[in-house]
Amino acid sequence: MLKNKYLERIYNGIIKENPTLILMLGMCPALAVTTSAMNGIGMGLSTLVVLTFSNFVISLLRKLIPAEVRLPAYIVVVASLVTVTELLMEAYLPALYDELGIYIPLIVVNCIILGRAEAYASKNGPLLSIMDGIGMGVGFTCALGVAGILREFLGAGSFFGMRVLPESVDPIAIFVQPPGAFLVFAIIICVMNAIGIKTRQKELVESCDGCCANCAMKCENPGEVENK
Amino acid sequence: MTSLILIIISGALINNVVLNQFLGICSFLGVSKQMKASASLGGAVIFVITIASAVASLLYDYVLAPNGLDYMKTIVFILVIAALVQIVEMFLKKTSPAIYKSLGIYLPLITTNCAVLGVALTNVQNGYNFIECVLSGFGTALGYTIAIVLLASIRSRIREEDIPAPLRGAPIVLISAALMSIAFMGFAQLNF
Repeated sequence: MLKNKYLERIYNGIIKENPTLILMLGMCPALAVTTSAMNGIGMGLSTLVVLTFSNFVISLLRKLIPAEVRLPAYIVVVASLVTVTELLMEAYLPALYDELGIYIPLIVVNCIILGRAEAYASKNGPLLSIMDGIGMGVGFTCALGVAGILREFLGAGSFFGMRVLPESVDPIAIFVQPPGAFLVFAIIICVMNAIGIKTRQKELVESCDGCCANCAMKCENPGEVENK
Repeated sequence: MTSLILIIISGALINNVVLNQFLGICSFLGVSKQMKASASLGGAVIFVITIASAVASLLYDYVLAPNGLDYMKTIVFILVIAALVQIVEMFLKKTSPAIYKSLGIYLPLITTNCAVLGVALTNVQNGYNFIECVLSGFGTALGYTIAIVLLASIRSRIREEDIPAPLRGAPIVLISAALMSIAFMGFAQLNF
């Protein structure tokens, strides 16, 4: 039973509440870095690391942080972890670091991290929070991986850097350029709509109030939004 | 002088913050439902980003860089931006209620808009001086406003159209954004 509770968090993060494809959170990095499968997965994994540790730390501190200043406190925790991740990547994965560039420090303002801190880690124990972070992080990585694979295949004719389309076929270059990001996500959501998977896209295009963190918190309390 | 104008044009059109760099996507897709709200948010973003890039530039040049605290920039910038937004809000509330009334509700929400932090960090990366930072912040925010107002106008047109069911909601908005992005790619051909 105990084991199931932990596995349930992972299942929840990857399938049931996939942060990008179902909850529609963290769209900025999802659109920006999915120019190739490798970049998408690299970004997903960096976010996974930050998310897991931030959930852990915030869960440990949850009884110490006063409610009024919790958001600045979360931001400091997340920003410190992002800085550590950034320095580690610069040292050990310089190629990926150069590819992702500005989007690594911007993990700080990723809605998923603040959203999970507020909605889960601040209310649950450290172990469960770690599992939640891993589940959500893996879900995010999968979504970015899928989008990255699609865009790389359509736009560059390759799969993880290996050319798979014959040279005589010209890939549709627009898919690795900015417009392609919007198009690929439009197609993914459209397909999900068509086969009847319920996503929270309404929150994304209609009731977001302009603030990523707020957005995340609202999405985490679906009952509240729907009851309005 | 030319290079300064170029910074504004490049920030606003060529490297459009939303359509080319994907910063501030949440608010871009969410708020563009209404024209009036989009314009107000655009105004608030111009205000906050310009001030935030100025302060971030001063802080980096005079506090962080001389003391070798370069690696602290993410933490420092995000906290300074959050505090700054609060101060600007209080200041406006006291001194000019008219501006506060039109921009007010959007100010606190912008704190965690990734475009603000993104611009501050890009400025530092590009090694801009103070004036260049302010102009680049202003240009970027202008680009954000142009993009969100354009998308709001497009969405007011497609609202009455008969869109196939699976495309309703987010997909059609994303497709509109994709077409805008293709149009903005044309600016990349600008030569100076």
